[in-house]
Amino acid sequence: MTQPPYLYPGYASTVLRAPSHAPLPMKDDPEAAELTGPVFGHEDVNPLDADLTTGHAGEPLGERIIVTGRILDSSGRPVPRTLVEIWQANAAGRYAHPVDRHPAPLDPNFTGAGRCLTDDEGRYRFVTIKPGAYPWRNHPNAWRPAHIHFSVFGTAFTQRLVTQMYFPGDPLFAFDPIFQSVPDPAARERLVSAFDLDVTEPEWALGYRWDVVLGRTPVESTQEDA
Amino acid sequence: MTTPSQTVGPFFGFALPYEGGWELVPEGHPGAVTITGRVLDGAGEPVPDALLELWTGEPGGFGPRGSGSAGSGGGAFRGDGSGSAGSGRNGSGRGEFGGGGFGRCATEPDGSYRFRVSPPARPYLPLLVFARGLLKPVRTRVYLADVPDPLLGSLEPDRRATLLARADGKDAYRFDVRLQGERETVFLDF
Ligand SMILES: [Fe+3]
Repeated sequence: MTQPPYLYPGYASTVLRAPSHAPLPMKDDPEAAELTGPVFGHEDVNPLDADLTTGHAGEPLGERIIVTGRILDSSGRPVPRTLVEIWQANAAGRYAHPVDRHPAPLDPNFTGAGRCLTDDEGRYRFVTIKPGAYPWRNHPNAWRPAHIHFSVFGTAFTQRLVTQMYFPGDPLFAFDPIFQSVPDPAARERLVSAFDLDVTEPEWALGYRWDVVLGRTPVESTQEDA
Repeated sequence: MTTPSQTVGPFFGFALPYEGGWELVPEGHPGAVTITGRVLDGAGEPVPDALLELWTGEPGGFGPRGSGSAGSGGGAFRGDGSGSAGSGRNGSGRGEFGGGGFGRCATEPDGSYRFRVSPPARPYLPLLVFARGLLKPVRTRVYLADVPDPLLGSLEPDRRATLLARADGKDAYRFDVRLQGERETVFLDF
């Protein structure tokens, strides 16, 4: 199975928040509002928002990276001009969020939020800093593997996806209940980006590639999908 | 080969919410409807770190938030451009985005949220809820009236009641989302 369950006791916050009823399968209704979705335009997004390393007084600390890839529908077709939003911890593993009390330094030159629209081929591209791992209080000695949170729209409200991108070879994968909540190991691997020397820019930034495949919309012809 | 969902976590607040995200139409918009409510967990406790998204299915077409209209905003998320340390692009001064049909609201510490929308063309408003502890979002519909409807008609009265917003004064409704337990909201799978 591709999608995690609602109830995954290893991730303690699911215990009181997971619905106890299975979601109700909706009958096909071509008129359903959920089969359409918001459309974003270039007036909604500043091109500078795709570079998380600029816009402050100085350069952020950490390993500069480029993260790029494509947003695809369930048939493998690119999704052009769709909104991609990201947020992440800084290089020390600290979020610029008041609730984050990890005693790691904030970086005055890094906020960690970005957004862009995909191009005509469904491509997105961010310049950022490799986020650090950070502790959380889910269980003793719990650490999240380094990750970037992604929010993607697609063309229908049913395709709306919020997920996390991880980095290859992270030793914390085996201990992270959020990563492990994805039942199918192959699906789990789809959350892990690939280091790509072709994306890497010499003397400047390491490159990672990660594609996002959105779920089937009910109006699409039947696809192999879970 | 779908990409799996992962929780929105507790730290989205500096990235996803935007100024005026709850107002799909401006104050005083003719016939505008306000929906307020709370998100509650299985113990009946408020969920202070949920993000709700409302999509009416009616892009644009009303007022300054209609997509393509000149309007006020002039570009969402444009930020204050100051680039000041620590605040970056996440300060105030963002516009609105997504046309008139999309809204986004993070819950307050008491689990409350609100939306102001144009009178919907359909009897329902699709609602998506993300939160820490939700590995994938829950999806439901806010029905403003108990009208003949295939979804409502398929549900037992107790379950149906969870999808019905309660009138709360003129052009105002209340709709609580109960993630689990007694009177658990009916969630939908498309
Ligand atoms: Fe995180």
